Amino acid sequence: MTKTVNNRAWLLVLPVFAVVAFSAVLPLMTVVNYSVQDTFGNNQFFWNGVAWFQDLLDPSKELGGRFFEALWRNLLFSAIILAIEIPLGIAVALAMPREGWTVAVSLVLMALPLLIPWNVVGTIWQVFARGDIGLLGWGINRLGMDYNYTGDSFDAWATIVVMDVWHWTSLVALLCYAGLKSIPDAYYQAARIDGASRWAVFRTIQLPKMRRVLLIAVLLRFMDSFMIYTEPFVLTGGGPGNATTFLSIDLVKLALGQFDLGKAAAMSLVYNLIILVVCWVFYTVMTHTDASRERVEA
Amino acid sequence: MSDTALLGPQEAQARTASVTANKAIARPWVSGSTVVMVLYLLFLMLPIYWLINMSLKTNLEISSSLTLWPRQITFEHYRKIFTDPSWYGGYINSLTYVVINTVLSISLALPAAYAFSRYRFLGDKHLFFWLLSNRMAPPAVFALPFFNLYSAIGLFDTPWAVALAHCLFNVPLAVWILEGFMSGVPREIDETAAIDGYSFPRFFIKIFMPLIASGIGVAAFFCFMFSWVELLLARTLTTVNAKPIAATMTRTVSASGMDWGLLAAAGVLTILPGALVIWFVRNYIAKGFALGRV
Repeated sequence: MTKTVNNRAWLLVLPVFAVVAFSAVLPLMTVVNYSVQDTFGNNQFFWNGVAWFQDLLDPSKELGGRFFEALWRNLLFSAIILAIEIPLGIAVALAMPREGWTVAVSLVLMALPLLIPWNVVGTIWQVFARGDIGLLGWGINRLGMDYNYTGDSFDAWATIVVMDVWHWTSLVALLCYAGLKSIPDAYYQAARIDGASRWAVFRTIQLPKMRRVLLIAVLLRFMDSFMIYTEPFVLTGGGPGNATTFLSIDLVKLALGQFDLGKAAAMSLVYNLIILVVCWVFYTVMTHTDASRERVEA
Repeated sequence: MSDTALLGPQEAQARTASVTANKAIARPWVSGSTVVMVLYLLFLMLPIYWLINMSLKTNLEISSSLTLWPRQITFEHYRKIFTDPSWYGGYINSLTYVVINTVLSISLALPAAYAFSRYRFLGDKHLFFWLLSNRMAPPAVFALPFFNLYSAIGLFDTPWAVALAHCLFNVPLAVWILEGFMSGVPREIDETAAIDGYSFPRFFIKIFMPLIASGIGVAAFFCFMFSWVELLLARTLTTVNAKPIAATMTRTVSASGMDWGLLAAAGVLTILPGALVIWFVRNYIAKGFALGRV
């Protein structure tokens, strides 16, 4: 569909532009302002140049060491949950029923974890995984394994990963399910006539058709896991020690806990910049695949 | 529906190997897909079952022994939530800002999505990317500046502060979803309406909006969802009057230890609105996801 050029369309976009600019640009300006100043308290600020940024990007400094630790921890977490949730989500989508009353039931049950407030997700896993009152913790301890997610960092990580898989795999599965539904029956019939194996059908028909939704699933899951805050905060509070202190938790500790405005602002900006770059890469790849697909179909 | 594509690998092999074989062998009673699905749904439901189980027990039973179902069912925790204003007020506060946010996001996003789906204009691609990038911005970055901003303009501790703050990610999302649905409506409809003498606002409300009604429903669903589940900003921007239920739940920690039963009951009650909304839009969920736009 060709679109007409009309700059008056800006009038229609203006309200959105104003509201988002109010909630995005204005606060970011405050952050920029803080990031180049230092304070002795009493609301007296003075110019500090790029000193906070130098501290932040130097791993040998206290602030930098803390930042890079949280960054690697967060990247590792994102990598783990992507490696689990994407294949599992595809598998679940392939196993979804196609017709009958089971479709509606499966859809509703799968979507349920997505609509639970994030702190309640933390609470649910807290009461589920505790050794004394939780079914999971009690069960694992009964099996003879020593499990304590508040004391042992491996157990804390495992619990948070399983919690995230529980919380978000359905999103990947629902996206893939929608992608699968858009495949016409004729494709499958052709494959059957050709005697294609189940694997060949998956490789050559289903996977390519799911490409776009998978890209979006990876993007969303990466972004959301990269800024995860509430669930681990409720479950472990970032502990034991700093074992599960991800970037957002660290940032909130710095900004609202210690009220270290300059350091927190510098960290916010770098954090935001990383997100912006990743987002831009995905956006470019996505529009690129769209364009090449349109060329093929034309 | 084609059969082969839906069968598991073993079954497909069995079929091609011996078509004349006994049907019971070629098509097992339970397929691999069903097993995967049942296991996955069990995994999803187990923690929720445990939460409901806890909410119906007395605190004595919770702390003294581990029981798979309540020996002595009590509705005491629920009764407390529904009679104590500081508890049920939390639910009202949460629902207030979620509804304000959803209405605000959709009404702002409708004209903008129309512009993106119908016209090219100066900087449209950059603007679209900038909007989207805000959907991805970490709330932790915005917590402190929002606190300053809304204190300065006197909206702090009102539902409006939270509703406006949530617009940061919900407005871009609504634009994205609605743009997809609008692009599916042929342009000829716009042109015909213009020839018939419809003014733009009348055309938009009378003709165009009914055409994308399901899209508006899907967008509203996702706005509701993301505003309902967010806590970091909602908690930072409120103290007493507009405190969301999620923040109220921290009250269960008291001097005498955790009130687990009450916490569980409050948790169960936060799941209900989501479950209701899903039930109403269940037929549209797949459609919304089908656009690949969440």
